[in-house]
Amino acid sequence: MLAPSYATPREKFTYFVFAVYCALVFLFLVGPILVIMPLSFSSEPWFTYPLPGLSLRWYADFFTDDRWRIALQNSAIIAVCSTVVATGLGTLAALGLSRGNVPWAGLIMPILISPMIVPIVIVAVAMFFGFASVGLNNTYFGLIMAHAMLGTPFVVITVTATLTGFDRSLTRAAASLGASPWTSFRTVTLPLIAPGVISGALFAFVTSWDEVVVALFLASPDQRTLPRQMFSGIREQISPTITAAATMLVVFAAVLMTTLELLRRRSERLRGTMVA
Amino acid sequence: MVALTSEGGGLVREDTTSLKAKLRRAERVNRMRSLSLVAPLLIFVLAVFVLPIGLMMFRAIENTEVRDALPKTIAALQDWDGTATPDEPVFAAFAADLVQTQKDRTTAGVGKRINYEVPGARSRFLKAGRLIDAGGGGPWKEKFLAADPEWGSVPFWAIMKRAGRTYTPYYLLNSLDLRQDATGAIVRNFPDQSIFLDILFRTIWISFLVTAATLILGYPVAHLLAILPPKHANLLMILVLLPFTTSILVRTTAWIVLLQSSGVINDVLLALHITTERVQLIFNRFGTVLAMTQIQLPFTILPIYSVMKSIPAAHVRAARSLGAGPLRAFVSVYMPQTLPGVGAGCLLTFILSLGYYITPALVGGPQDQMISYFVALYTNREMNWGQASALGAILLLITLGLYALFNRFVGIDKVKLG
Repeated sequence: MLAPSYATPREKFTYFVFAVYCALVFLFLVGPILVIMPLSFSSEPWFTYPLPGLSLRWYADFFTDDRWRIALQNSAIIAVCSTVVATGLGTLAALGLSRGNVPWAGLIMPILISPMIVPIVIVAVAMFFGFASVGLNNTYFGLIMAHAMLGTPFVVITVTATLTGFDRSLTRAAASLGASPWTSFRTVTLPLIAPGVISGALFAFVTSWDEVVVALFLASPDQRTLPRQMFSGIREQISPTITAAATMLVVFAAVLMTTLELLRRRSERLRGTMVA
Repeated sequence: MVALTSEGGGLVREDTTSLKAKLRRAERVNRMRSLSLVAPLLIFVLAVFVLPIGLMMFRAIENTEVRDALPKTIAALQDWDGTATPDEPVFAAFAADLVQTQKDRTTAGVGKRINYEVPGARSRFLKAGRLIDAGGGGPWKEKFLAADPEWGSVPFWAIMKRAGRTYTPYYLLNSLDLRQDATGAIVRNFPDQSIFLDILFRTIWISFLVTAATLILGYPVAHLLAILPPKHANLLMILVLLPFTTSILVRTTAWIVLLQSSGVINDVLLALHITTERVQLIFNRFGTVLAMTQIQLPFTILPIYSVMKSIPAAHVRAARSLGAGPLRAFVSVYMPQTLPGVGAGCLLTFILSLGYYITPALVGGPQDQMISYFVALYTNREMNWGQASALGAILLLITLGLYALFNRFVGIDKVKLG
């Protein structure tokens, strides 16, 4: 299948070696994740195959232990709030930037994207110093602001990408028919860019949901998030409860990824530019 | 849109101005309207992100501990020529300052700051503090020298004088294993304090190893994805994207479970009789590079893949029909066209690898910690914020420099998200 029809036997053998090599790389990519998932269903607290028996005790532990429950709750609150902030600010900015007449756009865009670029430890330490001077360390508000900031570049990028295929004559048509800017935004623009906004929001959500370094610096034990709880757990003694948490995060990521892919397809369909 | 949104009320007055001026005005209003949409996010990012980072960079050269704690001493030292041990007025001023620092409990803090440059200074300051607490008056010079002859050291007072300035290159120089000697000349740092160049080169070396490994593993996979029919390619693409969307922490956890001495890989090696005892795979360089490679692999594959996808298959076929062998066609026709993708993927992975913190902290040993770890260490554990900021400044400078390169060749806005 891989080799062209004119390939010689030696070439066919090369293609076979190539396919085996690629298979091994794919195994390397997904193997680690696939290996730890069954371990979370083990009945014993050690990590061995074959599994000594099946049980859901680690999942029960996860949902009954106060530390994990609070961490899950904190993660949800912080991720949802920061997503709302990031999506609102990011979408507005993308709308402005896509009008193509923002002064100093060449300077503004790199600044808006910069949270994606700067190494995370620098972000965390800088915010730790900065927030300390205004009393925002160890508060939900501080952590939400920090996570929202980390999520905004993703919203700006995805919404801007959706808007590049946006037909401006549609809003002009709405305006000529008497719609106010707000009405034309609500009834014409927003439904068309919704896939971009939603995927930007999902990216912002995942950014907060998975974030551990900033949480380590800015949060007190009261605001500990799920990744932070996992991190301190790994540091002490890696327990099967951590693999149960990890398994749920993998499944969650897979669901999110599928949603994103469906949104991307829908967005392409709406723009009428099906890219193979 | 321009005509429709301009205010009707101004029409009568504007009849007298030229059409050009009206157009300019409408455009300006429109531009400001666009800017006002961008402004909230811009202000947010400037306030929550750019400003704190700017302040952190400033902290790398800021040096107020000694100036604020020993103002009289620093003032008295201004007239000192630096040739011999300062005279009684300097010591008297120093004693007066120490009375205040003992009251404010800042003696240890200022001693710690001097200790960075003069090993042993912290305990000497604490002893001096007790001397002050014991009471009594001058002359202070004899008293200090009797307590510890090191108080008579000329280089020590030269460093004190320099440490009293508001700004210092000390932290940045220290991050490069350099120091200023008593005369102010820049020289190599003491061997027992020269740890930072090693950390910097280690960070670059690990990032290089990871980048090379992802290229060797990723290039063939990108090629496979590009030449397979879309139906199969999309299926395999999921295998690349699933780890991509899984958090770094989860993937690092997976590697710990796999690599630890009672872990899955050791079990397999023993069961297959490849090894006779458990092998140390974790908390060393091997484990760090392995885990980082797996985490970074999708970042290298995706840009290479998207470039390969755009190379027409006809090029290789044409080369073959003109008599080139399969290897020659691949190396001289196909590979050069993939170079932009290779450059983008490798540069992206290299830049991201430089900033790694979580993975080396969890699967690396003490000798595998990268620069980020030390930024965190100096912030949390050592409480030496100047040093943390200086290391951060160096990491940031390297990162931004490489991104500028990346932006020139690829364009930052072209980074694909999933």
